[in-house]
Amino acid sequence: MSSIAGTKSGLMWAVHISVALLVALWIFPTVGLFVSSFRTADQIAASGWWASLFPQEQNLVLRTADPSKQAQEGDLYVISGNLFADNNEPAAGISAWGVSSRAISDYEPGETADMGDDGRITIEQNGDYRLENDVAFEGRRGERIFVTATTPPKFTLENYEHVLLSGSTTDSMAKAFFNTLTVTIPATVIPIVIAAFAAYALAWMRFPGRALLIAAVVALLVVPLQLALIPLLRLHLGIGIGKGYLGVWLAHTGFGLPLAIYLLRNYMVGLPRDIIENAKVDGATDFQIFTRIVLPLSMPALASFAIFQFLWTWNDLLVAKVFLIDATGETTVMTNQIVELLGTRGGNWEILATAAFVSIAVPLVVFFAMQRYLVRGLLAGSVK
Amino acid sequence: MATLKLTKVTKAYGNIEILHGIDLDIESGEFIVFVGPSGCGKSTLLRTIAGLEQITSGTLEIDGVVVNDIPPSQRGIAMVFQSYALYPHMTVYDNMAFGMRLARKSRQEIDERVKYAANILQLTPYLDRLPKALSGGQRQRVAIGRAICRNPKVFLFDEPLSNLDAALRVATRIEIAKLHESMPDTTMIYVTHDQVEAMTLADRIVVLRSGVIEQVGSPMELYDRPDNIFVAGFIGSPAMNMVPCTFEQSGGEVRARPENHEPVRIPVQIPAGAVGGKGTLGVRPEHLRLADGAEPLFRGRLDIVEHLGELTLLYVDCGFAEPIIAKLEGNVRIERGSEIALAARTGMLHVFDADGRSFPRQEQPLAAE
Repeated sequence: MSSIAGTKSGLMWAVHISVALLVALWIFPTVGLFVSSFRTADQIAASGWWASLFPQEQNLVLRTADPSKQAQEGDLYVISGNLFADNNEPAAGISAWGVSSRAISDYEPGETADMGDDGRITIEQNGDYRLENDVAFEGRRGERIFVTATTPPKFTLENYEHVLLSGSTTDSMAKAFFNTLTVTIPATVIPIVIAAFAAYALAWMRFPGRALLIAAVVALLVVPLQLALIPLLRLHLGIGIGKGYLGVWLAHTGFGLPLAIYLLRNYMVGLPRDIIENAKVDGATDFQIFTRIVLPLSMPALASFAIFQFLWTWNDLLVAKVFLIDATGETTVMTNQIVELLGTRGGNWEILATAAFVSIAVPLVVFFAMQRYLVRGLLAGSVK
Repeated sequence: MATLKLTKVTKAYGNIEILHGIDLDIESGEFIVFVGPSGCGKSTLLRTIAGLEQITSGTLEIDGVVVNDIPPSQRGIAMVFQSYALYPHMTVYDNMAFGMRLARKSRQEIDERVKYAANILQLTPYLDRLPKALSGGQRQRVAIGRAICRNPKVFLFDEPLSNLDAALRVATRIEIAKLHESMPDTTMIYVTHDQVEAMTLADRIVVLRSGVIEQVGSPMELYDRPDNIFVAGFIGSPAMNMVPCTFEQSGGEVRARPENHEPVRIPVQIPAGAVGGKGTLGVRPEHLRLADGAEPLFRGRLDIVEHLGELTLLYVDCGFAEPIIAKLEGNVRIERGSEIALAARTGMLHVFDADGRSFPRQEQPLAAE
């Protein structure tokens, strides 16, 4: 790299800026989802996730204690207490308050509002209040007070409890999570096994038609899978597989194979010829060379393709909709579950954000755990 | 114990023929070295013997059995590759045991043979290491050890020292020579482009050019009696001086007259038909000396002097296309640009006909010079 230092500056800046942009593009929505999934519906409605770490102003409607709590002090009937404690709200600072919904910030903390027959109320900054009247309070509920309060940041695990553990039929992601795993793991393993064998044959075994086969694989890379959806489904229904896990595994395998064979073959063909010839001299059969030499040495490429296939089957909606999910909905996957949540809980952003984050958590873990294989496999064959 | 016999072996890739009918007999226990310039087919020939390349036509026999269609592992050979070709994911021990495990040898036998080979090559402390934790020389020794473990009848070496640095190359070369001594029954075939390796290791050298054997012989035969200009120029460093000459009758004998020079006596018999014709006169740089007598071979102006300490190289412009190179022992002090004369003993001259073949030498020594 240092040998091309002369051409560095301009291009390097362009690269650095694009990388920074890409990172930002990737990080912001992810962090946003993550943060939002820990907030309550009220907080999400009041402010964006980026403000969640700071105290925020919120308009609350609180009630004083009900008249049964009144006490008599000389001539006066008094109700006193703390607004937040009485209403089971976290402590907060009041910046303004009012006694009517038309004027919710008429008074400063410490001032006294005269409500005529209803008495006089004084509210301190920390929510302590004192309500006085010359006659006894009546009725069953306390006075409504409108406060503009600065509440401290607050995070909760309730959303996750609701989405994962509650067992609610409409909101639960737990079942969909395991369904997705059931689809994804075989749909990753099966094509890799098949492709590894095929790639070895295409890279190291001599047989007539090999070049044509390789060309066919490359040609298949560019065929859009939508082309095959209907014929394949008809085939599945025709031969009795129907809609189900077997069908979706086969479909993912078929759609994944061209890229798998292509990537793995390119990697294997770059393994040193001498090593394979030496194994032949040592008496290894093609199968032994494959299992004992080529397969262990191809681990980076296998891992790299495994990541690709895993991520793409995990995030897949189309193939699952066509080949898996039937009318009962028993086999729904997470992508489909989120689509349904958008319909049933469209306004509940805290549920949606949590569900979305549950569905991207596993890909994130996979990506961070295996990223070096991702890069190494992508570079396969391009550098010596 | 293995003899090899190659009969009219050819190898072609599509329409391109790489080997054009190789005939070669190799005795049991011989150390044979294939040399030649890049692309001469020496590696292809070795790989053909190994069975890694199919023979296009002709036959290859090992111990009298035609092995054209026998896979490499059953030919009783072991091969050491230039790149070592170690299995990177296996320890030294596993590398050496791999072939025997495939052959389903007993655990005890495998252990014995690996320990034996490791002992010969001083690899015992490294048996548990991976190849990447070894130096180049150690890797090459593992590759050789792996070959020893196979207990082969024929050892094949494909430029085994090319990836080593100069000092290690000398050391490993000596180790290979010792190895051959310790296994007198094992035939070894060694490919190299380095003539020092060829001269020091070989019982017989096979010089190849463009898929054809130019000459087969012991190192000294090739040095003293090259069959043709190619072999003469290939063996020896710096290369032999070659100058065009004409053959003339002079008194009772035929002499060679280099261009622009006096005719000189030559140690070969020129057939009558060649007299008056053109040829090539060759003399090795180390056989030239400064002429003090009356009959110098070449005269010219000294262009360049290279002092190497143990010897001095003179580049003399004698009016030929190439300067004449003389290799003198010790540190010779001569001014650049001075006119000098060079001479050589008649017996040290090489004479080639117009096609580059050498003439038969005279049997009886020439009269005293």
